[in-house]
Parts: sequence; structure tokens; C-alpha cells
Amino acid sequence: MTLVARFHIEKGDFVLNVNLHLPGKGITAIFGPSGCGKTTLLRAIAGLEPCKEGFLTVGDSVWQQGRRSVPTHQRPLGYVFQEASLFAHLSVQGNLEYGLKRVPSQERKIALNQAVELLGIGPLLQRRADQLSGGERQRVAIARALAVSPRVLLMDEPLSALDLSRKQEIMPYLESLHDELDIPVLYVTHSPDEVARLADQMVLLDAGRVTATGDTTEILTRLDLPLAHDDEAGALITAQVTAHDDHYQLTYLDFTGGRFTIPRKPLQIGQTVRLRVAARDISLTLQQQSGTSILNVFPATIEQIIPEGDSQVMVRLLAGDTPILSRVTRKSAALLELQSGKSVYAQVKSVALLA
Amino acid sequence: MILSESDLNALTITLKLAGLSTLILLLIGTPLAWWLARTRWKFKFMLESIIALPLVLPPTVLGFYLLVALGANGPLGGLMSWLGGQPLAFTFSGLVIGSVFYSMPFVVQPLQHAFTAIGPRPLEVAATLRASPLDRFFTVAVPLARSGFLTAAVLGFAHTVGEFGVVLMIGGNIPGETQVLSIAIYDHVEALEYGHAHWLSGGLLLLSFLMLVTVYGLNRRFTGSQP
Repeated sequence: MTLVARFHIEKGDFVLNVNLHLPGKGITAIFGPSGCGKTTLLRAIAGLEPCKEGFLTVGDSVWQQGRRSVPTHQRPLGYVFQEASLFAHLSVQGNLEYGLKRVPSQERKIALNQAVELLGIGPLLQRRADQLSGGERQRVAIARALAVSPRVLLMDEPLSALDLSRKQEIMPYLESLHDELDIPVLYVTHSPDEVARLADQMVLLDAGRVTATGDTTEILTRLDLPLAHDDEAGALITAQVTAHDDHYQLTYLDFTGGRFTIPRKPLQIGQTVRLRVAARDISLTLQQQSGTSILNVFPATIEQIIPEGDSQVMVRLLAGDTPILSRVTRKSAALLELQSGKSVYAQVKSVALLA
Repeated sequence: MILSESDLNALTITLKLAGLSTLILLLIGTPLAWWLARTRWKFKFMLESIIALPLVLPPTVLGFYLLVALGANGPLGGLMSWLGGQPLAFTFSGLVIGSVFYSMPFVVQPLQHAFTAIGPRPLEVAATLRASPLDRFFTVAVPLARSGFLTAAVLGFAHTVGEFGVVLMIGGNIPGETQVLSIAIYDHVEALEYGHAHWLSGGLLLLSFLMLVTVYGLNRRFTGSQP
């Protein structure tokens, strides 16, 4: 199943003009600065944004063709708004059942208790919306959207209205959504952290236009895109848990470029995890160092170098077929004669386990 | 017996008139208020002004025009005659029509404010949860606007109970048919029957106060339950 969306929407001075083909699986982040049209795009896909001219298909069903548009309530989608927007006149249970009751039973693929369990809201069912915390409310809103067994789940910055600790409360639920549900998710966000944790693919939007689409690992490290120049720029690495070391209490994670050694984590052998390695935490050497405390060293090939401010350069390398970024001084780059095609060793000083 | 038979008749007619007018106003006013709350029509303010007119217009002016319209030679009265009925002036039906105009702003305005206060979001949420427009109206907009409905019903009812000028102009003062409480009080005072006037006035004062207490009390509960 794929999602094809072509929209031309004018709102005052702002023009959204997109032509997208999105894979119908995993989480696709729609990423960009405020006012770039992310929410407008998501609303247009949901049929909430008046749109005179457009084309939208999800799988083999046509949701919009020119001026003819399937109304929102006939589109099998789930939508999570920025604010939870629970119905104030209904209990949590009433909110969850509102959509469910309107879905014919043969189209119900997600049972209510499955959604309840996935979001951990069992104890809240009899409460009223105003008796919930912000994080709980948003979890109920997500479960409510899932309970209609959507063909596609649209999420509009579901975490942005929450403070940091509430974000951390919800993040594990979103990650389990990713792992356990076979529903494509379009996830609007302006947070690089959420992208790194959740997104499989990305759509970059700027001023109403799509500037790039592709796998998150690729987009995060493309030097022609702004994300690779962020202060927090870095690579996203998908790795598998291969072994635990009982003696030193370590966990080994393999990726296409080699093996990471990290302090032991309660992970299952064979489990796939996401690692984030910041560009500033990778240093480069020409020979493999022997007397070093750094365990995570990988042979890599320089692909591209571009200046980063006056005194630094950003280097994009391939370790195996995994792109990684390293930010080093211009002086180091000159002394080591770094250039594309050159083989080096990437020393990783620190790595963050995302999920 | 504190109330005479004609007083009791006036009470019955008043309650019947207020109840019927409120019901009709809710039926007309709900779609009208819903439309006013959602439309972007640029001449909306014109319609809003017309609905608000009874707030500022002397009731006798409204009553005069209604009398002209409802009389045998007026457009509404003429229509009734043409249909084989009686002219509407000086009838109970005429009073109901007059009350509907007279109390219109007291029903439409609270409803319009309540619908506006809901905002578009809950309705959009309902749309993404498979609810059709009519379904959304009845299962989301109406329950969320319940305090508006309560205010509209009570104000519409109370205001109709209290009308005087319009009734006097188009209803005449026919005991047992178009004589309402406010006019009965006036008659008692004219006849220097202050005792009767006291009983009726005191009753209306208490009734009005109780109705407002209900509205304000329940509204506080309703708003307390909004997150």
C-alpha cells in the first residue's frame, strides 16, 4: 500500500505545493520549521483542509481527485491532534467508543482492549477528560484514533503540547506502536529527537515545498540538507543485539559497519535497536589506534566533506553501508589530508541507545 | 381562595404561551444559531441585528407592526383568511407568533454563543472518528452546548412570561383567551385591587428568581466540568 498525495493549497500568502509518494508502512516523519505547511498537509490528507485541487490515494482507494473529495468521516483514518481534544462531555471510555461504534464490525481490526493495553490507559476508563494529566489525555487520544482501525494514522505533533517528562512518558507507547502495529503512520514534528527515535522515513518540508524525502538514516546525514548542520547533528544507526558480556557487563550490537560495545542493557538477543551517534562525538584517525580506551572504532570511507562555519568541517562517512557524520576542525582535516574516497577509522566516544 | 378564576386562567394561558413559544423558539433558534455560529457570510451582521431588534425596540412598536401584519388586511392575517381561517390578531395563536419574535434574541443569542465557544476542533475530531455532519451536531455540538440550551430555554420562557406591551397590542385583553398574568396585574392595579396584584406579582417575582437561580447554578456546574 502506498500513499500518493498531490496538493496545491493557497492560504493568503502561503502556498503549499506537494507531490508525494509515501510507502505504506512504518512511521514517516513530516519534518520542518513552524509555518512550513506540515499541519496543512496532514489536514489536507485527512480532508479537513479545504482544498480545491488535489489528488490523494491511499492504497487502491481514491480519497480526492480534482475537486471531488471523500468527506473526512468516510475516510478510514485515525487522527491525533496537537492538543488531545477529548470530548469533555464523555468519559474516557465514551471517548474511546465514540469512533469504534461508528465502524462496521467487519472492518474492526483493532479491539478496544488492544488499544487500551497498548497505551496503558486501563485504569483511566471511568474518568472524565478533565481528571486526566496532559500525558494521559494524549494517550487516550491516540487510543481513540487507533480504535477505529485506521488504514493510516495521522499524528500532528502529538508531543509538542507536553513538557519534557510527559514526552518521556508517552515516547515508549509511540515506540511500541511502531513495533506492534502494521499501520502506516504520518507523524508531523519539528523535533529532531522524535524523528531519530520514531521515523523510518522522512519528508522534509520548507515554505510549502518538499525539499527531500527518504530513509531517516539517509536524510539525517545528507550534507546538502539542514539537519546535518544542526548542533545536534548525527547519524542514526540500526543495529541488532548479538550478545551480552557477563564478565564486564556489556552488550554487543552489530550493524553493517561493525560491532558496538555498550554498557549492559536489558535487551533481548536478536532485538533491533536504534542508536544515535552525534557528529561531535566521532573523531577520525588514519591508523587504527592501539593504546586507546575507546572500544567503538570502525573502518570507514570518507564520502563527502563540507565546511562548517570558519573553523570546522562536517565529514560524511560510510561504515559498511551505514552513513555516519563526524565534525572535526578544519585544521585536523588539513593535517590528516582528509578527502573523499580516503579510508579512515571513526572513533565513537559516546553513543545513545534510543529504543 | 387567593386567586380568582380569571387569575388562574391568566396563569394557565401565560404558562401555555411561554412553554409553546419556548419550544418553537428552540426548534427555529437552534438551526439558526448553529448557522450563525458557523457561517462566514459577510452580511451575517444584518441578520444578527434583526434578531436583536426586540432587545431595543419598544414592545409597542413591535406589537403595532405585528397587529398590522396579523390583522385581516395584513399579510399574515390575509394569508390565514385565504386559507379559510380566522385572522390572527386577538387570538392565542397571534400571541404565540408575537412572543416568538419578541423573545427570539433571548434564545438565539445564548445558543449562538454556546456553539461559537465549542470551536471547530471537537467537530473535526468527530469527523475523523467517522461521524457524519448531522451525527456530529447531535452527539458533539448539542451536548457541548448544553449550558447554552438551558440558558436559552429559561430566558426565552421567562421573557415571554414577562411580556406586556406586545401582548396588549396584538392580544387585546380577552379573559380566558388572551389575558396573561402581566396584564391581569395591570387590571388589578387599575381596579385598586392591590391584594390580588401583590399575590400575582410576588408569584412572578419568585418564579423569575428561581428560574435564574437554576440557570446560573447549573451553568456553574457545566463550566466546572470543561477541561
